[in-house]
Amino acid sequence: MTRPTPETLAHSARRARTVAEPASDAESAGAVRAAASPAVPGVRTPAPAEVSGAGSLVRSLEALGVDVVFGIPGGAILPAYDPLYDSTVRHILVRHEQGAGHAATGYAQATGRVGVCMATSGPGATNLVTPIADAYMDSVPIVAITGQVARPSIGTDAFQEADIQGITLPITKHNFLVQEPEEIPRVLAEAFHLAATGRPGPVLVDIPKDVLQAHTTFTWPPTLDLPGYRPTLHPHGKQIREAARLMATARRPVLYVGGGVLKAGATEGLRRLAELTGIPVVTTLMALGAFPDSHPQHLGMPGMHGTVAAVYGLQKADLIVALGARFDDRVTGKLDSFAPDAAVVHADIDPAEIGKNRHADVPIVGDARHVVDELIAAVGTEQAAGRRADLADWWTQLDDLRKRYPLGYEDPADGTLSPQHVIKRLGELVGPDAIYVAGVGQHQMWASQFISYEKPYTWLNSGGLGTMGYAVPAAMGAKVGKPDTVVWAVDGDGCFQMTNQELATCALEGIPVKIAVINNGNLGMVRQWQTLFYGERYSNTDLGTHKHRIPDFVKLAEALGCVGLRCENAEDVDRTIAAAMAIDDAPVVIDFVVGKDAMVWPMVAAGTSNDEIMFARGVRPAFDEDDI
Amino acid sequence: MTMHTLSVLVENKPGVLARVSGLFSRRGFNIDSLAVGETENPDVSRITIVVNAESSPLEQVTKQLNKLVNVLKIVELDPQVSVARELLLVKVRADRAARAQVLETVGLFRARVVDVAPDTLTVEATGTPDKLDALLRDLEPFGIKEMVQSGLVAIGRGSRSITAGPSLRAA
Repeated sequence: MTRPTPETLAHSARRARTVAEPASDAESAGAVRAAASPAVPGVRTPAPAEVSGAGSLVRSLEALGVDVVFGIPGGAILPAYDPLYDSTVRHILVRHEQGAGHAATGYAQATGRVGVCMATSGPGATNLVTPIADAYMDSVPIVAITGQVARPSIGTDAFQEADIQGITLPITKHNFLVQEPEEIPRVLAEAFHLAATGRPGPVLVDIPKDVLQAHTTFTWPPTLDLPGYRPTLHPHGKQIREAARLMATARRPVLYVGGGVLKAGATEGLRRLAELTGIPVVTTLMALGAFPDSHPQHLGMPGMHGTVAAVYGLQKADLIVALGARFDDRVTGKLDSFAPDAAVVHADIDPAEIGKNRHADVPIVGDARHVVDELIAAVGTEQAAGRRADLADWWTQLDDLRKRYPLGYEDPADGTLSPQHVIKRLGELVGPDAIYVAGVGQHQMWASQFISYEKPYTWLNSGGLGTMGYAVPAAMGAKVGKPDTVVWAVDGDGCFQMTNQELATCALEGIPVKIAVINNGNLGMVRQWQTLFYGERYSNTDLGTHKHRIPDFVKLAEALGCVGLRCENAEDVDRTIAAAMAIDDAPVVIDFVVGKDAMVWPMVAAGTSNDEIMFARGVRPAFDEDDI
Repeated sequence: MTMHTLSVLVENKPGVLARVSGLFSRRGFNIDSLAVGETENPDVSRITIVVNAESSPLEQVTKQLNKLVNVLKIVELDPQVSVARELLLVKVRADRAARAQVLETVGLFRARVVDVAPDTLTVEATGTPDKLDALLRDLEPFGIKEMVQSGLVAIGRGSRSITAGPSLRAA
């Protein structure tokens, strides 16, 4: 195979259009960032304006500071696309509504602002279901706007009718079916407020076509009417003091940090709290980057494919301080044997998470930033009174585990390219300033393990729902939100084939993302389970991307208007990554052809106890129970 | 497992009942009975839900309910300090020979006859679920042709009101 050089590639890259100007600063200045007060964000408009419902929708989006919407027009949403044509809001025409939804999610995760996607009724709306469910599981603030058939047709099985409000009831934080055109500004403002505040999440706004076409007046700001929505942001002082007391007296404490810490912007405080107490930190898959991977107090990621030190640290802890984490089954393993000796301080903004899976001895409801800040103060008070935990023995044990069981891998015996090596080199060459976006599977776990995350909001992935196909569109959304940041997707050959059509969007809209396809020719994680639990019977996991080179990812990339590169051996890895890094005016896809037998280790098999963690196939870490 | 009676105050808007009942089935709870109607405030509806559950999973479903944006307040009513009633309409076989005996039973339970036909009586009764069960047991030998029951409605005893106060969302 010939590999094109950066020079020839730059030549072939064509920019169809330049990136549109974002909305003015006055409109976008953090208007929709999570706010404690229910005040409606955005600019004040001088006077009510006569508009259509669609005009009211677009004016509302402008007033809310929306700079970009990802979507596809169609019959029922069509009226909205007419005023959008003249708007300051940039619309990015995607190729599949699922791409619009994940792009909105990637945008929101990278920027902290609300991501917006738009689709028509029926199939357009149902194609948003997966990204909405994904955003719900990972608490990502997005607003989905869907067209609906006209009010008189609702309930008649009309053409392209689907009850998207009913369909998305269990997977949205809230949803609306707009009944009257006058409601549009208020509903939009409520949707953005709900999405961004409290525990963030997706909100769907379904608008019938005749409501979009009707005449109405647009006035801003509207008055929010959410009497039943009052998230608790400030923790209870008594609970904070109790938590600080436990932290000062525990002998084997661990800070168990989840995605809520990133959402609350509590990473600076977390670092101060950790350093003040000396307590070891684990960051979940959703929290990578919340605490620097290189920090000496960082034990790594806990859970199914976590580090031995992180899994063991939680398992043997006498105190777990959970911050914005939810004791997910992928972290706890078999729940009733999880951390049997630990008292639990559980801080979360969502009261329903506390005590859901694991009993909390000290429940704390509040925003992680407030929780962390108040814990720092309370711990300071304890320390001023001479109460400070002595963690020397605990650190001796943990350091020993870290030394004996570091993350690692062996190069494949068959001489094929090691996927871990590719991902490790990618992280080293690209560095900690880039945003890394993963799909779901082995490559995702390796990307979580072998790339060092030093900064918040540099790691995006589908954690809760585990949505294959997340990476390409989410990377697109992240790049749109952070155009000056390098965005790399680390994808699998299975995932990539689910959503790579959005590379056409990237090529045409000037969104130069970079995609590292870790191509092992198989549905790798499923194959790993077949190797371990199904007697090496590889039922329906060979994708043929090795055997038949169908599709040829280099040709596919080129067909989609991207630069395609291929790398098949270790000597070429650095050079190929460098070639991709040299291209900044076109999306780049690298087909890394890697061995199919590499496995993700360590591993706690599903449904088993964290005590059963395997360091490698057939290798159990030797824990000396007397040490503990 | 014990019976719990929840009073759920919600915004009186379309689709709210579906949100509430859907949450129960999604979280694996069977609703024993459900009654819904407007309150003294027309913007607020009250849903009374009877559910058979252990207390810790019930706490979880209550917390999840509280997260619904349209839910204003949830109160679990203690049977000791609340009044709970169901309504029963039952069509009993009562020909000339049996009619006097049926009427005697109706009288004993302070129920009322609301419709008469040559061979049946339709009886209306309100009361606690226990009382209505007892009435049905006594009417059964005559032959029950048709019956319909409402969900339970319940209200706390004393002068305090769960709908009063500036903040409806206390729970």
